[in-house]
Amino acid sequence: MSDPDTRTLEAMQTTPLGLAQRGFCGRVSAIMVGGDHLGVSANEIERRLLELGIVEGASVQILHEGPIGRDPIAVRVNGTTIALRRREAMAIMVGEHDRAAKTVP
Amino acid sequence: MTAIDVNDWRIALVGTPNCGKTALFNALTGSRQKVANYAGVTVERKSGVLHTASGHRVDLIDLPGTYSLRGRSPDEDITRDVILGKLASESPPDFLLCVADATNLRVALRLVIELKRVRRPMLLVLNMIDIARRRGVDIDLDKLSAELGVPAVTSTAVRRGGIDDLLRRIDDIAGKPTGEIVASEWTTPAVSDLRAAQREADRVIGAAVSEPAKPDTWTTRVDAVLLHPVWGMVALLLLLFVMFQAVFAWAEPAMDLISGGFDALGAFSATVLPEGLLQSFVQNGVISGVGSVLVFLPQILILFLFILLLEDLGYMARAAFLMDRIMGGAGLHGRAFIPLLSSFACAIPGIMATRVIDNKRDRLTTIMVAPLMTCSARIPVYTLIIAAFVPNKPVLGILGLQGLVMFGLYAAGIFSALAVSFVANHFFWRDSATPPFMLELPDYKLPQLRSVLMNLYQRAMAFLKRAGTTIFSMMVLIWFLASFPRPPAGATEPAIDFSLAAMIGRWIEPVLAPIGFNWQISVALIPGMAAREVAVASLGTVYAIEGGNEAAEQVGHMLAGQWSFATALAFLAWYVFAPQCASTLAVIKRETGGWRWVLITFFYMLSMAYLAAFVTYRVALAMGWG
Repeated sequence: MSDPDTRTLEAMQTTPLGLAQRGFCGRVSAIMVGGDHLGVSANEIERRLLELGIVEGASVQILHEGPIGRDPIAVRVNGTTIALRRREAMAIMVGEHDRAAKTVP
Repeated sequence: MTAIDVNDWRIALVGTPNCGKTALFNALTGSRQKVANYAGVTVERKSGVLHTASGHRVDLIDLPGTYSLRGRSPDEDITRDVILGKLASESPPDFLLCVADATNLRVALRLVIELKRVRRPMLLVLNMIDIARRRGVDIDLDKLSAELGVPAVTSTAVRRGGIDDLLRRIDDIAGKPTGEIVASEWTTPAVSDLRAAQREADRVIGAAVSEPAKPDTWTTRVDAVLLHPVWGMVALLLLLFVMFQAVFAWAEPAMDLISGGFDALGAFSATVLPEGLLQSFVQNGVISGVGSVLVFLPQILILFLFILLLEDLGYMARAAFLMDRIMGGAGLHGRAFIPLLSSFACAIPGIMATRVIDNKRDRLTTIMVAPLMTCSARIPVYTLIIAAFVPNKPVLGILGLQGLVMFGLYAAGIFSALAVSFVANHFFWRDSATPPFMLELPDYKLPQLRSVLMNLYQRAMAFLKRAGTTIFSMMVLIWFLASFPRPPAGATEPAIDFSLAAMIGRWIEPVLAPIGFNWQISVALIPGMAAREVAVASLGTVYAIEGGNEAAEQVGHMLAGQWSFATALAFLAWYVFAPQCASTLAVIKRETGGWRWVLITFFYMLSMAYLAAFVTYRVALAMGWG
C-alpha cells in the first residue's frame, strides 16, 4: 500500500462518494462532514468513518447499491467491504481513478 | 486478587468485529466456557479456562468486538471498562490478546495502535492466516512486530494445530509472574488521533506486508447475486420463507411432544396425588407452568440455529444492507428485520434475537414492537373466533372470507408495529441521536459446526434459566389467582367463579363493558395472561364446558350463541394488540434489565388494544351487528 501521489490527487476532480454510481473506482481525497446528522455530531461521523478505515488516500470502489433508491451502498475500502448510506457517504470526497490505469479485476 | 489465584493470568481477547475472535476463544477454551452477564447490564460475559502445556492455568475472557475503545454501545463500553480496569466487578486483565483478521489488517492494526496506549502487555494474533496466505498475502511477521512494537503470532482458529504457536506463547507468558499494572495513558481518541493511527497502520502494512489481499473471489461471486437489487431481494425472501416454515413446521412435532408429555405428566400427577389443593398446584401450577415455558424451546432452537448460521456465514450484515431502506422508513434498523420476523413464531425468541442490534435505542424500539407481530399463540384464539363467527363465504371468487379476516389480523399487527416505531422515532426519541448505518460486510465463511452447536446450547440454557425462573413464578401467581379462594363445598359453578381471578374479572368488567366484553371474557383474560392461547381453555372453563382445550369446537358453538358479532370482532381487535403474555413481559424485563420498558410496553399495548376494540365494537354496533 503506497501513499497517494498528492499531485495526482489535486489534479483529480473530486466528488462526494454519495453521488457516485455502482462501479465507481477512486481514492479518498478528503473527509468533510457537512454538519450534524440526526443528532450525531459531524465529529462523531468523521470518527466512525475513520474507524472503518476510510482515510485520505484509501482506494474506494462502489460494489453494490441497495434495492430502493440505490441506497445504501457497499464500498470496497482497500481490502474491506463497508456498507453505508449515501447520506454519510456525502462526507467522503473522492477523486476518480484514471480509467486506463485501473487494475482492479 | 485472592491468594488462591495469585498465579493465574487473566488474559483478555480484544479485536474488531468479524476478526474470528470468538472462534479463537472457542479453540483455546474448548467447552470450558462460562456465559454470564456483566453486573447490571445485559452484555454477555464469556469467560473460560485454559491449561497450558506446562500446567499453568490461564483465565481467558472474550470481550465484545470493537473498532475502538471509545465505547459507542453498551457492549463496547464493557470492552473499554474491562481493559482499563474501570469495572468494579472485574479485575483488569494482565495481558491482552489482540486478535486481527490477517486478510483485513488495516482496521485491526489501527486498534492495536490505540490499545498500545493502555500500556498493558499485549500479543497480536494474526488470525485466519491460512485464508490470507491462500489469497497471496505475504506477511513478514518479525518486521510487523518490529514496526508495530508489539509481538505477533499467527493462528488459524478453525484448523487442528492452527493455534499451536499461540498456545506456546501463552505457555511462556503464563510461566512468568504477572507484572505490575502500569497506569494507562489511553484517552478518548480525537479525529486527528484516529487519522494518525490509521496512517501509521497503513505505514506498517506497507513495510511488512508484501501484497494486500486480493478480494475474495467467492464472496464477490456470491454477492453478485445476494446483493443484487432484484435477485438479492428474491433470495432474502426465499430464505425468510424457509426460515419461517422451519420455525413453524419443524418445531411442531417437538412442541406437540413436549406439550403432550407435560399433559401426560399432569394427568399422571392427578392420579397419584389426592384431589385437592396440592394436586391442583402440581398439575396446573407447576407442571403446566413449566410446560408452557418449555414448549417454546424447539422454536427457539430452530430460530437461533438459523440466526447463528447466517451470522457466522456473514449473511446477517447483508440482510441488514438489503432491508435498511425499507425498515428505515419506519425508523427501524436494518438489523431489526430478523428479530421482528422471528416474532411471528413467538415474541420471546424475537426479543432475545434483538441482541444483534448494537445500538441501544434501535434495540429498545424493536423490543417494544416485537410483541405486535402475530405470534403463533394468537392463532388458536383467532381460529376459534373466526370459525365461530365469520361465515366462510367466497370473496372475489377465489378467496375465502375467513382467510381474509385472518390475513387482515396479521396485516394489522405488522402495520401497527411499523406505525408504533415510526411514532416512537419521531416523538419519543426525538432528542436522542440516530446512529448512522455503517457496517462491515465480512467475507463469507463456512460456519463451524462445533461453534454453532456450542452457541446454540448456550442460548438454550440462557432461555431456560432466565425466562424459566421469571415465567415460572408468573405462572404460579396466575394459578394462585385462578384457584383462590376455593369454592364452597357443594358449589355447582366452576371453581374459577369463586377465585380472585373472577373477582378481578368482575371488578374490571365495567371498564371492559364499553368495548363489548362481558364478565366471562374479563375473567378469561386473567389466566390468558399466562399465554394467549390459554384464554380459549379459560373461556371453556368459565362457560362451564368440560375439557376446555379439546372442546375448542364446542367452545366456538357456545360463543356463537352467547356473543354478539360486534363483541367477537372487538375481541379479535383486542387480541391483535393486547399485552396478553406474561412470558413476553418477563423476557422484556430480562433483556432490558428493568421494569421501565416492561411498563411502557404493557401500557402502550393495553391502550392500543382498548382503543382498537372500542372503535371496532362501536363501528360494528353502528353497522347493526350488535
